[in-house]
Amino acid sequence: MPLFLDSVLLFGRALRQAGLETSLEQTLSFARALDLVEVGDREQVFYAARSFLVCRREDLPVFESVFNRFWLGIEDKPTAQQLPLAPRHDLRKDRKLSVTYLSARAAASDTEVQVADRHGTYSAEEILRRRDFSRLTPEELDEVQRLIRDTTWQVSRRRTRRLIPARRGAHVHLRRMLRDAAKFGGIPPGLRFRDRKIKQRPLVLLADISGSMEKYSRLVLQFFFSAAQKLDEVESFVFGTRLTRVTAQLRQRNVDRALEDAANEIVDWSGGTRIGESLALFNRQWGRRVLRRGAVVVIVSDGWERGDVSVLEREMRSLYHRCYRLIWLNPYVGQKGYEPRVAGMAAALGYIDDFLPIHNLRSLRSLSRHLGELPSRRTRLPVSRAATNLL
Amino acid sequence: MFDSIDDTIEELSHLSYITDKGLATSLFLALEMERALFLEGEPGVGKTEVAKVLSTAFDTPLIRLQCYEGLDINQAVYEWNYPRQLLEIQARRDASGGLEHVTDDIFGEDFLLKRPLLKAIDQSHEKAPVLLIDELDRADEEFESFLLELLSDFQVTIPEIGTLEAEHKPVTIITSNRTREIHDALKRRCVYHWIDYPSLEKETEIVRHKVPGLSDRLTRRVVAFVQDVRRQDLYKLPGVSETLDWAEALTHLGTENLDLETVKTTLGFLLKNQDDVDKLRDRAAGLLREA
Repeated sequence: MPLFLDSVLLFGRALRQAGLETSLEQTLSFARALDLVEVGDREQVFYAARSFLVCRREDLPVFESVFNRFWLGIEDKPTAQQLPLAPRHDLRKDRKLSVTYLSARAAASDTEVQVADRHGTYSAEEILRRRDFSRLTPEELDEVQRLIRDTTWQVSRRRTRRLIPARRGAHVHLRRMLRDAAKFGGIPPGLRFRDRKIKQRPLVLLADISGSMEKYSRLVLQFFFSAAQKLDEVESFVFGTRLTRVTAQLRQRNVDRALEDAANEIVDWSGGTRIGESLALFNRQWGRRVLRRGAVVVIVSDGWERGDVSVLEREMRSLYHRCYRLIWLNPYVGQKGYEPRVAGMAAALGYIDDFLPIHNLRSLRSLSRHLGELPSRRTRLPVSRAATNLL
Repeated sequence: MFDSIDDTIEELSHLSYITDKGLATSLFLALEMERALFLEGEPGVGKTEVAKVLSTAFDTPLIRLQCYEGLDINQAVYEWNYPRQLLEIQARRDASGGLEHVTDDIFGEDFLLKRPLLKAIDQSHEKAPVLLIDELDRADEEFESFLLELLSDFQVTIPEIGTLEAEHKPVTIITSNRTREIHDALKRRCVYHWIDYPSLEKETEIVRHKVPGLSDRLTRRVVAFVQDVRRQDLYKLPGVSETLDWAEALTHLGTENLDLETVKTTLGFLLKNQDDVDKLRDRAAGLLREA
C-alpha cells in the first residue's frame, strides 16, 4: 500500500471541496508518485502533487492554497492581489435583486398593469414581438422570456479540413475503392469519394450589462442561454467595468439555475461601462482561445463608453481582424431618430460587419435568421445601409 | 532514465536545457510512471525543446507528430500504399491471366505506410523512442478522442492486420499553446505541467548557454529588458525563443552596448505584432533606463 494513503485521499477530497475536479484516479497516481520522490522534501511533494492533481492553469492558485492549508497548516494571508470589494458587490448576497430587478422596475413604471393574454393569440403575440423590451409589463416579460427560450438558433457553417466519406466530393476515397477491389477480383466497381466535413461556426457572445443597458441585460442573458443550449461551441461573456465569462453557467439545463449562477458570477451589475478595457482583456486572455476557426462574434451594447475611446477603437480593430464576422447589437438602433453619435459607438462603427437592433422580439428573430446565413466579408454592406435595412 | 529529480535537472543542463524543479519533478515522474507529459504554456517557452533534449539524453529517435485541423488516422497512424497496391494487382493479373488470388495480401504489412503514431509503437525499436505530439490544440476534437484511446494502452488496431502493441512504451510529450481547451479527460491521463516564463536568473542562464558569444554584461541587460517587456500590456509577449533570437542577432551586429537605437531597429526579433512594436517604441527609452 502506498505511503500516506489516507492523507492523500483526504487531500483529494479537500481539493474537490475547493472546487477542483480531481478524480480518484488522479489521487491514486499521486499516492504512487510519493514512493518515487523524497517525502521529506516539501518542494518535491508539492510539485509531484501538482503534476497529477491539477490539469488546468486556472486551478493552480487554488491548488496551492489548499496544499498549504492541508499539509502545512498555513492559512492564506490576504494579499495585495485580492481586489477590494466594491460596495455594489453586496448585490451578490441579495440574489433576488438582480434576478427580479426587471420585473420590479417594470411594475413601478406601469401604474396600469395590463393583463397579457397568456394564450398568445396571433395579434397579442405580434404586439409583443414589436414591443420594446424596456416597456414590458411583468406578465409580458414572462411571455417574452418563454418566446426567447423557444427561438431556434442557427449559425452559418463552414467547411472544415477534416475529410469524411461522402457521396460526392473533391477527393477520391482510395481506401474504400481498394477494399471494394479486393472483393471484386482486383477491379473496383466504381469511384468512391471523400469530402470536407461541414460544421457550425463557433459563436462568441459578449454582452454589456452596465447601468445604461440594465433594462435589456436580463433578456440578453435569456438570449445567451437559449443560444448556449441549442448550439455547439458557444462562449458567453458579460462586461461592465470588467469582463466575466459565464459560458459554464449558461450551459446548465435548468434556466433559472443557469441565469442565477451567471448573475451571481457577475460582480458589476449596472455599474459603469469600460467597453474598450473589457474588450482588451477579452482580446488578450480569451481571444486566442475562443476566436478560432472562423468564429462569429456578437457584441450587445449601446456603445456608451466611459473609458478611453481610442482604446475601444484599437481593440475593436484587433477583434475585427480575428473573427469571421463581427455583429454589434444595439437596443437603440431600433428607435426613431437614433444615430450612433455616442463617441464609443462612433469609434466602433468602422469595425463592425453588421449593426443591428435588439430592442424587441422581432429584432431577435431576424437576428437568428441572419446568423444562419452570414455572407462572407467580401459582400459586406456599408454599415449605415446594413443598419437601416433591418429596421 | 534519470536517477532523481536533481539528477534530471543536472543531466538536462549538460545538454543546455535549463529547467526548474517544478518541470523536473513532472518530467521525472512521467518517465518513472510511464505516463505522457502534457506541457502547456505560452508560445516560445521551450515546450517542444523538452522532447528534443530527451531524445538526445536517451539517445533514441524523436518521432514528431505536428497537429493541424483535420489531422486523421491516415496522417497520424497509418495509410495503405495505394499506388503499390494497384501496381501489385495489375502485375499479378498479367502474370496469372485470370482473377484468381490477385488481391490476396494486398492489405498486408508490405503495403502499410507507417505514420508517426504507428512508428512510435513499432516493435523494431530497441528502447523506448521519444514521441512528440506537438501543438495538440491545433487538432480537432475527433483526433483528441482517438489520442485518448491510444494513450491508455499504446496499441493500435488495424482491421486488416490486427492489434499492434508497443514493446517499449514511447516517452510521450504532448504540447499545447492553449488556443483552445483540451478536454480534461485527456489531461488527467497525463502528468500536467504549465511552463511559465522563466525567472530573471533562469533566463540569464539559458541565454548564457545558448548564445555564448554575447558578453556577460550584455546578456544581463538583454534579459532584464525582455523581462520588463513581459510586464507591459501587449498582445503577444516575447517568449524565451524570441530572447534567444534577439540575443543572437545582437552578436551578429557586434553590439557592445544596448542603446535606444539598437533596440528600436531590432525590436522585430522580440515583438511580432505591429501595435506592440509601436507601443514599445514609445516606451523603449524608459525601459532601457530601468534595465
